[in-house]
Amino acid sequence: MTRALLQLALRDRHAARGARFAPFAGWAMPVQYGGILEEHAAVRNGVGVFDVSHLGRVWVRGEGAGAAVRSVSTYDVTQLEPGRAHYSLYCTQDGGIADDVFVYHLEAERWLVVHNAANAAADYARLAAAKQGAVEEVTRATVMLAVQGPEARATLGAVLGAEVCDLELHDCRELSWGGGAVIFARTGYTGEDGGECITDRKRAGPLWDALVEAGAAPVGLGARDTLRLEAALPLHGNDIDTDRHPYEAGLGWAVTLQDTAPFTGREALVRIKERPREQRLGHLRALERGVPRAGYPVYNSAGEAISRLTSGAYSPTLRLGIGMAYLPRALTEPGTRLMVDVRGRSLPMEVVRRPFYKRAEA
Amino acid sequence: MELPADLRYTSEHEWVRLDGDEGTVGITDFAQEQLGDVVYVELPEAGTQLVQGDTFGTVESVKAVSDLFAPVSGEVLERNEALQDAPELVNTSPYGDGWLLKLRVEEPAQVDALLDAASYRSETESA
Repeated sequence: MTRALLQLALRDRHAARGARFAPFAGWAMPVQYGGILEEHAAVRNGVGVFDVSHLGRVWVRGEGAGAAVRSVSTYDVTQLEPGRAHYSLYCTQDGGIADDVFVYHLEAERWLVVHNAANAAADYARLAAAKQGAVEEVTRATVMLAVQGPEARATLGAVLGAEVCDLELHDCRELSWGGGAVIFARTGYTGEDGGECITDRKRAGPLWDALVEAGAAPVGLGARDTLRLEAALPLHGNDIDTDRHPYEAGLGWAVTLQDTAPFTGREALVRIKERPREQRLGHLRALERGVPRAGYPVYNSAGEAISRLTSGAYSPTLRLGIGMAYLPRALTEPGTRLMVDVRGRSLPMEVVRRPFYKRAEA
Repeated sequence: MELPADLRYTSEHEWVRLDGDEGTVGITDFAQEQLGDVVYVELPEAGTQLVQGDTFGTVESVKAVSDLFAPVSGEVLERNEALQDAPELVNTSPYGDGWLLKLRVEEPAQVDALLDAASYRSETESA
């Protein structure tokens, strides 16, 4: 791996805010600015802005664009009205999860798909094969900013215009801003209210500046990870991957089988859905002090190794350790006690319902 | 980076303050800055015998786990119980309220042989 890291268009602005950069999926990404705890709290209590321009962004256009996206993804996105977005999955022929994605139906024949950075090249190839000549990768040409937190809507309204305040969760629109366009959607990856904005590089700096000036605190990937874990949102490559299928990951709601439209992995998923579930992604909360982390072994009450944490962290909001692990069906009941080996020390944890953190309804 | 001149330092980013045969041990400003927000500190109980160079505990930040290495040999007299509920003291006051252990130092000469502030600074700057 000697390939140079990709640099964010807004790198200088992050550096000016004291960002520490680290490699992530081929990009030099801001991990933290002031500190992860402070940034985490800003999103839970106020409003934060994340530069998530490393996420892959691909336009799919023209007649049959929605059907083309559907042909490679599990959710029946052809049901989405223009102006609506939905979570979906790309699966392998065996039903393993190749990526989790967000599909935005902007206009009748204009669709945008957002991919995980690590899978962006393969995902683009997948779409390009599904709709030849009508797929455009715009990751490097655009910037994506997520604005999240209980005050996010007010901040977004002040910057983008009051119309965004009236949008519902998963609504998406193309807005005029700064002499160009901003694609805006009420989506995010933190468990908080807010939205995500995509615009061209020319408008990226002014948009970032306007959001920060309106009160959004810059937040790095470090807090993004603790925030998404508290919300029990899976991270592809950790909690879900090609060895796991949507049903054991608790993502069956993102798979549509009622229609007859073929899509990659459909036959396997039909079979898997009928089978009894051997394992399920479980959610664990520490009962004592200690920080469970990804990869740590999980033991049952008899002391037998049964799994490993796919994600784990200190939860800044709950002030205790949390994690996820695939567990045998019989051990997924809330209240079940398990042990996690924290570098030689046994940390008792109990199974809880997801999410670990849920925001108060407005 | 703050480096009090009256302390001795190790290449593992710990410091020792010697008072008679009692040594106070902590991690440096450089170490806490590199770790980021500390959320958990695991320390040995009073009475534990430490041998110079042994791992005696861990400091965990949100992102990283760091082992602690005994800067000198000695018996643990006290551990900083305040860190149980306020591990962030390691960040906010690495040479003060964020201290980790007090030791009865077996050989004060071990302390003298550690790095002084200027040597430690040049190590961190060349790192």
